[in-house]
Amino acid sequence: MRKHILSILVQNQPGVLAHIAGMFAARGYNIDSLVVGRTEDPDLSHMVIVSIGDDATLEQVRKQLGKIVPVVKVRDLSEQTCVERDLLLIRVHCPPDKRIELRQLAEVFRGNIVDFGPRTVVIQLTGPEEKIEAFVELCRPYGIKQLSRTGVIAMSRDTQPVEAAPLPHKPKGRRRAGAAMVAASMPSDDGPPLPPS
Amino acid sequence: MANKPLPAGSAPSADSLKTQMPARKVVKKTGAGILHDILVEEGVEVIFGYGGGAIMPTFDQFYKSPVRFILTRHEQGAGHMADGYSRATGKVGTAIVTSGPGATNLTTALATAYMDSIPMVAISGQVATAAIGNDAFQEADVVGVTRPVTKHNVLVKDVRDLPRTIREAYFIARTGRPGPVLVDLPKDVQVAALDIEDDGELNLPGYRPRSKGNMRQIRLAAEAINAAERPVLYVGGGVILAEAAEELRQLARQGNIPVTTTLLGMGAIDELSDEKLALHMLGMHGSAYANYAVQGCDLLIAVGARFDDRVTGKLETFAPQARIIHIDVDPSSIAKSVEVDIPVVGDAREVLLEMIPLIRYSERAAWFEQISRWKQRYPFTYQQKDDAIKPQYVIEQLSRLTEGQAIIATGVGQHQMWAAQFYRWRFPRQMITSGGLGTMGYGLPAAIGAAIGCPNRPVIDIDGDGSFLMTANELATAAQYNIPIKVVILNNHFQGMVRQWQELFFEKRYTATEMVNPNFARLAEAYGCKGLELRDPKDVPGVLEEMLNTPGPVVVDAHVAREENVYPMVAVGKSLHEMEMGGLS
Ligand SMILES: Cc1ncc(C[n+]2csc(CCOP(=O)(O)OP(=O)(O)O)c2C)c(N)n1
Repeated sequence: MRKHILSILVQNQPGVLAHIAGMFAARGYNIDSLVVGRTEDPDLSHMVIVSIGDDATLEQVRKQLGKIVPVVKVRDLSEQTCVERDLLLIRVHCPPDKRIELRQLAEVFRGNIVDFGPRTVVIQLTGPEEKIEAFVELCRPYGIKQLSRTGVIAMSRDTQPVEAAPLPHKPKGRRRAGAAMVAASMPSDDGPPLPPS
Repeated sequence: MANKPLPAGSAPSADSLKTQMPARKVVKKTGAGILHDILVEEGVEVIFGYGGGAIMPTFDQFYKSPVRFILTRHEQGAGHMADGYSRATGKVGTAIVTSGPGATNLTTALATAYMDSIPMVAISGQVATAAIGNDAFQEADVVGVTRPVTKHNVLVKDVRDLPRTIREAYFIARTGRPGPVLVDLPKDVQVAALDIEDDGELNLPGYRPRSKGNMRQIRLAAEAINAAERPVLYVGGGVILAEAAEELRQLARQGNIPVTTTLLGMGAIDELSDEKLALHMLGMHGSAYANYAVQGCDLLIAVGARFDDRVTGKLETFAPQARIIHIDVDPSSIAKSVEVDIPVVGDAREVLLEMIPLIRYSERAAWFEQISRWKQRYPFTYQQKDDAIKPQYVIEQLSRLTEGQAIIATGVGQHQMWAAQFYRWRFPRQMITSGGLGTMGYGLPAAIGAAIGCPNRPVIDIDGDGSFLMTANELATAAQYNIPIKVVILNNHFQGMVRQWQELFFEKRYTATEMVNPNFARLAEAYGCKGLELRDPKDVPGVLEEMLNTPGPVVVDAHVAREENVYPMVAVGKSLHEMEMGGLS
């Protein structure tokens, strides 16, 4: 089980989002986050879905996405180096004596305080999910009042690490038992044993 | 109903258009007129449909049209007829229905076609675009309802998108892994007039079905086949859909490889002329020799098949000694449930054409000897009786009388399995049956669609009493258009297949499976068809012959042994070789 970031280019048509979300639901795949937005091309939208699962399941997800007619391109960005960003807004309990402490914490993470109230502050933070999650954990002791995240958007990097040509694709499925395990109950040479009546 | 006639001249007939419209000339048409003319261009010869308010402008186009219009008695019937027509002919079937209940009634047929990858196009009327979302009369979110059961669907909101959308619908339905496509057409789009300059272009940047297989994978597969001692070809509906039966037969003969077919693959090989190679059906109610061969083979060559759970039995022990080659046009079918050693993504026919020259003949004497021992010891069989008609006997007689040359449609249940087991399949597109969804009520309308597509072949619906009654109203359609289908109801007064499971797994507690049926022969007569009865085993050949020789639609009510079971049977969760034989071997 690991995190997969799927980058999906779709034709900008009504119903595409419902189609994709519906496919995930119908086939029992999970969606950790889903972001849709415009692209440089007005006819295309970009969708980023984070899904956690084993490689075989995610390969099915990818193939099933590919079958949806308005889906133009699907890539699993976690298979390459990519830039991933999530945006967090978090409202933390903050009595006046904690203000300095929280401001310093935000600074360490390159976050900004975007709202100051008498008892709370709202901090804005961008970064990969891991960074966001680490920050949230550090805020927890102060008391989290409200939390909202956009979900991940991502893009592959221009320069990919040099690697050997991709291996011939060997898809995975349900692994079958070895021959030996079944051999005992297999039909013998002069016909199988009579079935129990 | 405020359905004003269209202004004169806005919807020219197809004939006038053909002569009037050189390429790219601008012509004024209504949405309905555009639809009609593109259907004609796409080669649609028949439409199965049922009308209503939201589709009337489109219906009006067929008042005078080269396209034949078959009025069904239910939208499900229209869908199954389009599907049966498609399966029998290989052409895209077309159904047209109204909005709301018309479209929801169609969904079972769409799901049936979707599960079996059958190319068809459905057009549903929709309330006017301005009314969409307001719970208007006969409004339903049809695109939402049908999305999971169509290959593609689309609501046309602007008449300018209509020509392209209809072309795309037919293109998507018949290419790649085929399937049903639904176009939802609001009433105002049907009547909107448009100066069209239709360049015939499609806009499908993400739709790229693969046809050629990867040559390296094909070579690997051929090497594996040449090296195999005990290969088996496992052939599914994909071979039929790809028109690859001839190539499949060539491969099997050239490589000397036994062939087992799935329910949807029947007819991929001629079980009579290629008798030595034929293992018949595999799976839950497949032949013992097919199942043993799969379990014993060292190489399984799956072509256009998808390792359905009714075929594989317990996955962990499926074909345990085999390497697996899987040829399929849909990459998502490969490795979905079973690990594959050599995947080949591509059109079955294209891939087989590349592969055949690489295949060497091999005797495989020991393997065929083993198979023939299995065949001798465990044939499909049943116990003949003097005082009750055995359903299997009826099918054997049908097979004999028609020399395996009839197109056979079925319902779902025991009779369907017996048809697969006891009819001898000889040519592709011969079997018209709902495999994936298992839709009772499919047989009669599908047979009507098949008969309309193939007027020169006998078309027989082998049906169950339960299945038949789900869509029996379509006898009225058969009578109205004098469609010469023959229906043989294997009437056990039970939902037999469910009763069998109750007998085997619920200690014979027959909850709600017994059927008190109408007199089917008289019912048929009331509909204007010929009705015959069959109660005595002695009369079977005679009555069947009478049925075959009677013109027009005929229904035979065959009262068969009530508690007959289908064997062999692989219970759910068992391995393929762990079959129950029901004391028949
Ligand atoms: C629409 C639908 N409803 C329910 C079922 C479940 N089902 C499968 S077989 C069967 C009984 C079929 O009875 P019948 O048509 O008389 O055929 P038989 O098995 O007796 O040959 C039922 C109820 C189904 N396949 N389809």
